[in-house]
Amino acid sequence: MNPFVGDQLANLHRLAPEVVLSVFGILVMIADPFVGAARKRVLGWVAFAGAVLALASVHIANHFPGPAYSDLIRVDSFSMFAHVIILVAVALAILGSLDYLDQQHIQRGEYYALVLFAAAGMGILAGANELVTAFVGLEMSSIASYVLVGFRRRSPASNEASLKYFLLGSFATAFFLYGVAMIYGATGTTRIDAVQAALEKIITADQHEPALAVLSLALIFVGLGFKVVVAPFQVYAPDVYEGAPTPVTALLASAPKAATFALMIRIFYVAFSPLTGLWFWLICVVAVLTMLVGNLAALVQTNVKRMLAYSSIAHAGYILVAFAASTSLGVAAVLFYLAAYIFMKVGAFLIVTHLGQQDEKRVSIQDYSGLASKQPVVAACFSLFLLSLLGLPATGGFLGKFFAFQSALIVQRRSLTLLVVIAAINSVIGAYYYLRVIITMYFQAPSRDYTPSRVAPAVAIALAIAAAGTLYLGILPSRVLDLAQAAADSLFSH
Amino acid sequence: MSAVPISFYLVLSAILFGLGVVAFVFKRNIITIFMSIELMLNAVNLAFVAFARARGELDGLVFVFFVIVVAAAEAAVGLAIVIMLAQNRQSLNVERVNLLKL
Repeated sequence: MNPFVGDQLANLHRLAPEVVLSVFGILVMIADPFVGAARKRVLGWVAFAGAVLALASVHIANHFPGPAYSDLIRVDSFSMFAHVIILVAVALAILGSLDYLDQQHIQRGEYYALVLFAAAGMGILAGANELVTAFVGLEMSSIASYVLVGFRRRSPASNEASLKYFLLGSFATAFFLYGVAMIYGATGTTRIDAVQAALEKIITADQHEPALAVLSLALIFVGLGFKVVVAPFQVYAPDVYEGAPTPVTALLASAPKAATFALMIRIFYVAFSPLTGLWFWLICVVAVLTMLVGNLAALVQTNVKRMLAYSSIAHAGYILVAFAASTSLGVAAVLFYLAAYIFMKVGAFLIVTHLGQQDEKRVSIQDYSGLASKQPVVAACFSLFLLSLLGLPATGGFLGKFFAFQSALIVQRRSLTLLVVIAAINSVIGAYYYLRVIITMYFQAPSRDYTPSRVAPAVAIALAIAAAGTLYLGILPSRVLDLAQAAADSLFSH
Repeated sequence: MSAVPISFYLVLSAILFGLGVVAFVFKRNIITIFMSIELMLNAVNLAFVAFARARGELDGLVFVFFVIVVAAAEAAVGLAIVIMLAQNRQSLNVERVNLLKL
């Protein structure tokens, strides 16, 4: 075969998940006008098939490790691990959307197409080895999410959430881009591994960090900090999570977070590794702030969606604890945490989706009173997800926290030990608001005026997968942990 | 290189970016806030072009095209969101957008 054609084919294989997602997204768009209004659900199943096939095609990409498209994209176990996390979250969110959209009378094809395009953008984020490519991936996922957040067009809350997300998201992107411009000025390249080499060279020659690179570090952190929702950039998140359609919230709280953390790891651990001494302190301070803000604000919430939004902020803080460890063990812990996190978070939000009713009227904690006597299985599932978020043993959330804290303690640095102590105290604070919901469900008299609708089959499947994932990672973590460790090692082996 | 040193361009770019940030924080009209984001992106473009010129490379110029294209896509979606909001509540003042507590 012509070597050029062979090269291009290999590149296509390396990008297989993104290709599959985009093709199915376009397919859904093309099919949309030909499908009658009553049958739009079919498009949702097509999109679900796309997500599952993309998950399968990760296997294809995995056979072609290495740089793709002149090193703009890196295919390594790290990127593949992140892909699997993202695609599982996307598939679960699609399953959760099918009946929700019917209920809210917004069953439309473009919803599913946008979810798939966003997923493709997140995949690019996870694999990008070039900051401008990462920017394109970031925007692909963000622009699609802006629309998804505003998908309940008649609801003022959804409009407002969409506007806030759009304005602050674009604001953050501008910071990220300015950071990229500065690093281009400092090193003459935007390729992540080349930036590392150039920075090392400059630092050994000048004996100090170049000012532009430090500025770039700060700007990129602001930009990505908005996207992974860490304090002090968290203000918009509870509003957006509350106003967005709940399955979209499930998606936003999980997949883009995982993708952006993957990108952040690549940028900070590879490109900015010569500046580790600087960003270590930045991450430590932000981790403490994020955990405190998330947990303390969650204590006073009465709306379940808002409470879970603040809880996801707190979880970003725990992830940063492992991030601060700046070792390959820390990266593995972050990846494992993200894997456990998406199951419990998507699961919890899908329960909120199921109980929300028309126009999402039933989203306050009081509405959940006595749920255990009406729908015992749903209550048990929700309890499992909440206990996992809280970090009770035998759940994925517990081991995620355990490995995160262990990876920080093993470094034996006093500041990191202190950070773990603060994180442990925060987990205890978290117990209050998670347990409050469980107590409401089990020990309060059921309200008479509200009977939850039957659990739709698609939602049941999604919940079963999420619950199984949470338990699997809590009881038999070794296989996923080995994969996470291999993924972390692949990041450092280039 | 021309007579104008690169630092001039960078200072101008930093000022534009700073103006964008200030306008984003203090302006009350959604369209004006939207324009301030565009100003920030153009500051980024200026910085890219200045660095590319100083290094005699094309990379920085190519990045600018990416930024312009993506900014256009973002503007399309952003304006659609603004129209949707205006239809539902007849106002473009962000202070009236207060249904969800911040």
